[in-house]
Amino acid sequence: MAFKRPDGRSFDQTRKIEAKVGIIKKADGSALFSFGDSKAIAAVYGPRQLYPQHLQNPEKCLLRCHYDLASFSVTERKRPGPTRRSSEISYVMTKALEPVLHLQNFPNSVVDVYIIITQADASTRCAAINAASMALANAGLLMKELVSSVSIGKVADAIVVDLTKEEEDYTITKEGKEEKATTDIPLAFLSRSEKLSLLQLDGKIKLQELKQAIAAGKKACVKITEIQKQTLKKIKEK
Amino acid sequence: MEKEKKKEKEEKESKKEEKKETKKEAKKEEKKKEKRERIIAVPGEIIASGPEFLPGEGTRREGKDILAMKFGLLDKKDKLVKVIPLTGAYIPRVGNTVIGQIVDITFNGWIVDILSPHLAFLSMTEYPKYISKNDLSEYYNFKDNILTKIKAVKSRSVELTMKERGLRKLEGGMLLRINSTRVPRVIGRAGSMVNTIKDETGCNITIGQNGIIWLKGKKMEDELLAREAIELIVKQPFIDGLTEKVKTFLSEKKKEKKSK
Repeated sequence: MAFKRPDGRSFDQTRKIEAKVGIIKKADGSALFSFGDSKAIAAVYGPRQLYPQHLQNPEKCLLRCHYDLASFSVTERKRPGPTRRSSEISYVMTKALEPVLHLQNFPNSVVDVYIIITQADASTRCAAINAASMALANAGLLMKELVSSVSIGKVADAIVVDLTKEEEDYTITKEGKEEKATTDIPLAFLSRSEKLSLLQLDGKIKLQELKQAIAAGKKACVKITEIQKQTLKKIKEK
Repeated sequence: MEKEKKKEKEEKESKKEEKKETKKEAKKEEKKKEKRERIIAVPGEIIASGPEFLPGEGTRREGKDILAMKFGLLDKKDKLVKVIPLTGAYIPRVGNTVIGQIVDITFNGWIVDILSPHLAFLSMTEYPKYISKNDLSEYYNFKDNILTKIKAVKSRSVELTMKERGLRKLEGGMLLRINSTRVPRVIGRAGSMVNTIKDETGCNITIGQNGIIWLKGKKMEDELLAREAIELIVKQPFIDGLTEKVKTFLSEKKKEKKSK
């Protein structure tokens, strides 16, 4: 039985993408990015002096990401405040964005990136990375290139781009038992050098399929990069 | 401070004109057209290619190509390629006149917040007169706002000076914060924009390069009017003929007041 996507998309099609820049007046840089119903807002502050002093790095500027789900973003209210999940995502986001930033010029200071998910429907970390990358560019920081991210999933032998929650929870019945049939792979690529800066894997997958997934992610990220660029360029028309 | 700025700008302009005169008129027009197009560069984008181009600020070279490293307006002058940022935090430069707030007093000077990545230091030896070490708060106290000049920018500190004409403590008036990248727009060509606002509102306006603006008028209403005009400029930075727009905006507002 071949898998069919619930929303009728083809396997290599992302959801409707919405992107905006400069949405928060008080921040040095800000952006909004959404995959369908997954919506992320990012605000960048800095570079600014970092306190407490023991966190300061005398060699370079620090990058800190703060990812959080708004309590109303999911069907069952999320308790406000940091969780294990959000601090892990904050960490992987920082690692995904760091390679493109040129932060040597401002030792002992910090660039803070605050990301809030206002609506969640899977691939929120990918939307968050895309928004953060645009917000960092918008903040006028020195960057080698942009970062774009997309989630790839293996849903019952099909490699699909940009998973929704429904696809993530897709199950099949095997020998009378219900079994989870989805493997979720969030990927982030650098826009120019096309290097991977994030790869997470949740589930089971064969090596050959993983290679396919990475190739599919690369293809999707090229399109996302183009959207990010066009959005940034539109600023003069405002 | 404005006088100096004017002088600088005038000098720059006169230089530009000299250069332009040497070239043909057709080229002049071409350049004007290019300027109006305003190409925006995005990090990682190839903005020029060929070994003859020189990478300027906000760019880097990769093989033959020159890539943008910043998000901003592309500026090609002869062979030099630069990216001028449109948004972002203030990056201090030597010689900038800025407005800052005293946040701390140490044994030999003051620590000043000028909204840059590092806090700035104003040494007591940079005070215009000789001062005794006993109590520095007599001169500048916590939360005082000062108009000051950047003397040096080091890798992890900024040094300030007050030893120049016009630099002083700012008393009274109103402070306004805008993005530092909008400062040239608010000043206008050779100070035309800021002079328009000054003439129309009768306010004393001092603009720091870090985006802090100090307004002082005879009446509160004048200051509020000037603030509105500045906010108008900040909102629409890309429009041509903004000075005229601001002029009409201010005169209309004045008429409204009179009719009331």
